[in-house]
Amino acid sequence: MKNKQSWIDQRFPLSKVWNEHLAEYYTPRNFNFWYFFGGLAILMLGMQLLTGIFLTMHFKPDSANAFASVEYIMRDVEWGWLVRYLHSTGASAFFVVIYLHMYRALLYGSYKGPRELLWILGMILYIALMAEAFFGYVLPWGQMSFWGAQVIISLFGSVPVVGPDLLVWLLGDYAVGDAALNRFFSLHVIALPLVLVVLVFLHLVALHHVGSNNPDGIEIKQNKDKDGIPKDGIPFHPYFTIKDSMVVVGFLWILCAVIFYAPALNGYFLEHANFVEANPLKTPEHIAPLWYLTPFYSVLRAIPPLFGSQFPGVLAMGAALVIFFALPWLDRSPVKSIRYRSPYYKWALGIFVISFIMLGWLGVQPVTPVNALLARVFTTLYFAFFILMPWYTSIGKTKELPTRVTE
Amino acid sequence: MSEQTIDLKKRRFLTNATSVVGAVGVGFVAWPFLSTWKPSAKTKAAGAPVDVDISKLEPGQLVRVLWRKKPVWIFKRDENALVALDSKDLISKLADPDGTGNSKNQQPDYVTANYRSIKNKESVAVIVGVCTHLGCSPTYRPEPGASDLGGDSWKGGFYCPCHGSKFDLAGRVYAGVPAPTNLVIPPYQYVNDSLIRIGTDQQNT
Repeated sequence: MKNKQSWIDQRFPLSKVWNEHLAEYYTPRNFNFWYFFGGLAILMLGMQLLTGIFLTMHFKPDSANAFASVEYIMRDVEWGWLVRYLHSTGASAFFVVIYLHMYRALLYGSYKGPRELLWILGMILYIALMAEAFFGYVLPWGQMSFWGAQVIISLFGSVPVVGPDLLVWLLGDYAVGDAALNRFFSLHVIALPLVLVVLVFLHLVALHHVGSNNPDGIEIKQNKDKDGIPKDGIPFHPYFTIKDSMVVVGFLWILCAVIFYAPALNGYFLEHANFVEANPLKTPEHIAPLWYLTPFYSVLRAIPPLFGSQFPGVLAMGAALVIFFALPWLDRSPVKSIRYRSPYYKWALGIFVISFIMLGWLGVQPVTPVNALLARVFTTLYFAFFILMPWYTSIGKTKELPTRVTE
Repeated sequence: MSEQTIDLKKRRFLTNATSVVGAVGVGFVAWPFLSTWKPSAKTKAAGAPVDVDISKLEPGQLVRVLWRKKPVWIFKRDENALVALDSKDLISKLADPDGTGNSKNQQPDYVTANYRSIKNKESVAVIVGVCTHLGCSPTYRPEPGASDLGGDSWKGGFYCPCHGSKFDLAGRVYAGVPAPTNLVIPPYQYVNDSLIRIGTDQQNT
């Protein structure tokens, strides 16, 4: 065994990588519930890749056959329903995990220096994941696939001057149809998965370079013993590999319960109208994107057309995403973790979370005058969280930081 | 041989020259790849005109056909509907009633202002059924006074379920809704009294 290992190590840095990233990678010992979700996100990526590969073996990316081929997977392919539901419900589960992962960063200031690039790589991942999910939702070619694609792609048509030509170029046709379905399939199964895997790798490289933040928001690397090991650090393997394995079991148990008993979650994970084949003559009575995109969709709807153009709304929606990138520089607080922040930040974060959830809820509701007004109010609060951040993070009294992690 | 030194100037020149040529090359190679996304020759050829027989079209009835993969509505308006389209009451609620503002390119020049149909054929309307907001196909709601669309102030028209835009029975957009312009009137002509051809222009005689 030893001989075999040294034979490999002379030719490939196996032990070195194992030690640097697992056995001797020191992780803060005070990780809590909120630190489960990075690992679970990797699990979900793996599951989507695996189920996706098997779905691709049966799916037909052709507007005449796509809908029927998904029904074929559901009814005629042995265990096809399971693979398909793992993939479609898995997409929503992936976003649940990602949103909790991002919320963790807001709670404990994980985006603050020296983790700015880690945060930016994570945000690019998030946007790539939204694109991946959108393209995936178009493939079954149901009514929501078709009209969702129509609405999202029309956003590009609102760009001044070049919009209409851009629209035709993106669709490869004068309307959503076979050409769009075929290229979205290519992007969904090859281009974006490659991008996601590379970005996850870079995200982990950045993480292992700067080390994990923790619920106290202090740097464990500033307090090392005589061997240069952080006093508050424990090796990732075996401590967190075992803990995370237990978390995976619990998570999969919940995921399976949803997949077996409510795979469409009453229209939230798979919308009812998507069980009807795409019909370019008729828009469903009520259309909305899936829940994980609705906060941004609400921002889009909240902005009325200005100067005869829908483009300002599209810009606002883009800004709602892009503004996240600036977070490390908007936050002026001397402390990272919410445990030591001033009450102003706690209020601001609370209002932001409520705004985000309300915008998400409004995004699946029909437009009424009251809803439109609410969407405007919560859009304003959403942006206020970011725009006022340099101000409210620099006032108010923060608590004194401990020198060692607590618990 | 032994007196060899590194010529940094030469190295920088070679690096720059290769980078410039490489960038130009990448630009040239990108073009064919990006062009594959344009509509193919087959797609471009598939935009032929569509003929619709309207001899059996009853007042109030609407038929949908696909023209260039877009839904086109052909529907017949009754006398009351035409009167309503001319009424001050309705016109005051519209964003661009005579189609001279933001909507000036939304119709061919041979359709009339208020009815947006070919002269002397006012009852039959031909409209591209694609919302000018984000491309949904609005729902046909011809009944005046529909309670969910504003009761007495609703004169009949189209309601977009996606974002709540409203249009009248000539496809003119209401003010204060998300859609910025009136619905598009496609080029169309009467081949004879009962046959409409969508996709070619009416010849003025």
